[in-house]
Amino acid sequence: MLKLENVSKHWGNFTISNVSFTCKREEYFVIMGPTGAGKTLLLQLIAGIDHPDEGRIFIDDVDVTDLPSEKREIGYVPQNYALFPHFNVYENIAYGLKAKKLGYSEIDKKVKDLTQQLNIDHLLNRYPATLSGGEQQRVAIARALIIKPKLLLLDEPLGALDLKTREELRDYLRLVNRKFKVPVVHVTHDLTEALALADRLAIMFNGRILQIDTPEKVLSHPSNPVIPKLTGVYNIFRGKATPKNGLSLVKIDNLTLWVVGKYSGEVIVTVRPESILVSNSPIFSSGRNTLEGILENIENKGLVYAVIVNILGKKFTAYITKASLEELKLKPKSRVFLTFKASEVHVIER
Amino acid sequence: MKVGKLSGKHPLKITFSILGAIIILFLTIPILTLYLLTKPEGFIGVFYDDEAVKAIILSILAATTSTIICLIFGVPLAFILARYNFKAKSLINSIIDLPLVIPHSVAGIAILSAYHSRSPLGWIFSNFGLIIEDSFWGIVAAMVFVSITILINSAKDGFSLVNREYEYVARSLGAGLTRIFFTIYIPLSFKPILSGVIMCWARAMSEVGAILIVAYFPKTAPVLIVERFLNYGLTAARPIAAVLLLVSVTIFMVLRFIGRGKR
Repeated sequence: MLKLENVSKHWGNFTISNVSFTCKREEYFVIMGPTGAGKTLLLQLIAGIDHPDEGRIFIDDVDVTDLPSEKREIGYVPQNYALFPHFNVYENIAYGLKAKKLGYSEIDKKVKDLTQQLNIDHLLNRYPATLSGGEQQRVAIARALIIKPKLLLLDEPLGALDLKTREELRDYLRLVNRKFKVPVVHVTHDLTEALALADRLAIMFNGRILQIDTPEKVLSHPSNPVIPKLTGVYNIFRGKATPKNGLSLVKIDNLTLWVVGKYSGEVIVTVRPESILVSNSPIFSSGRNTLEGILENIENKGLVYAVIVNILGKKFTAYITKASLEELKLKPKSRVFLTFKASEVHVIER
Repeated sequence: MKVGKLSGKHPLKITFSILGAIIILFLTIPILTLYLLTKPEGFIGVFYDDEAVKAIILSILAATTSTIICLIFGVPLAFILARYNFKAKSLINSIIDLPLVIPHSVAGIAILSAYHSRSPLGWIFSNFGLIIEDSFWGIVAAMVFVSITILINSAKDGFSLVNREYEYVARSLGAGLTRIFFTIYIPLSFKPILSGVIMCWARAMSEVGAILIVAYFPKTAPVLIVERFLNYGLTAARPIAAVLLLVSVTIFMVLRFIGRGKR
């Protein structure tokens, strides 16, 4: 368990101010923010590479603020992994055990055990330069896990990978978190990554944490107007998917949505506000999803108007033009229909 | 810079190539002449010339001792300069570069003035048997003075090119600074340090100006060459020069070969 209390750090013209949060036992905690939000610096403060100007850091209820990095027992995986280029995979993974001065046979047993569990035992004699990005990442995680860390810190772990490998390794990271029961603090600028992995999501901007909650809560009930601008997400729901008729049906409490693709189990779905059609009566179209609801509010967003509609307790936001708003004669409390294609629903598997 | 092919007839390429060729000739002609003008009997004769053999062996021993001292004192300083910020850093960097701009005879005078056995510091050293005038340690002192800059600077460049993330990760894995220095920084800077060692050794080997003043005796090979030239002329000095050159180049090549392939 990790706890930060009002951690602040001034670094050149850059500041981390008053960051407080708790990453619970076995929790997958994602910090999302744009480049320059201070995510890497925050991880380095937690890892003990840098010392905060103010505030305290606790790991398993012990104040580690003044402990050097080498005494904190934290697994740190920096961006681009920093595998030691002059050591092969075996020596990279064994490094932490050698630092603990374990015996040769014990090191050998632990390295082989762990690499078998992580399915990278075939890489042991290879050098980092010969590994693919995905393999490097697995090795870097193994190297961090070997010391049985109390916490795993991942800095943009999927950033340098191609799309296919990224999806593969997303599942892998979740598996590592569950199987080794290690709490993870993962920083990223990528929304899909955050939604796929986070038990809880923190949004970081300009050195501050703006909001911490479950990912769908953060995105559907942003506490700060900056958050939707950062994420671009308005309609986000968690549901259960079942494949049906070549598509899939996602059940969100009393609401069901058609989505393209075969999904089953827990998913997070999002729909862009500009993809939703608003009408006074149900319309017959190629859009598989037509939902009836009550108009709650209309907000001027500059170029467009945001129409907020309550459908069975779920709030949807749709963008329409001023002309449409006038033609439809929309007023709060009026009955409206929202229509969008199944292919406009973005699905993230959990 | 991206490297392209040297072909085509652009006037700039042609002019630059000619200028380069001239300077390469300027450098190689004397070296070749040295061998062309040295008769085989003269060359072999050097190995029967006791004074010359002793001088060459002394040069190799002193240069090697000096390089080891430079390693012991220079590499740690290079690490501190590459890895940390502190107040006097730029002053220290300037002091390190100073021997490069001091004429070597001036360096010799300065070393002798400061450390001769009747000077305060020299007196302390002399109690431990360390006397620099006309001694092996005088030669070594002069060599360290004129060559350590090269080793410190190349080790410093090597250390500062090591990605700091390696250190961060190693620390998070429980390694202390000492372990990190020997398992991360030294192996990853091996090549620049080795090339510093080679250049430092070569520089020590070739030193004559400071040694002439601090310790004319025992005679190193370069000092003996100067002496033979002044007393007997060019022809007498040439064979030892040719042999010394051969020895230096051979050792240089061997060290380069050891460093090949290692990063």
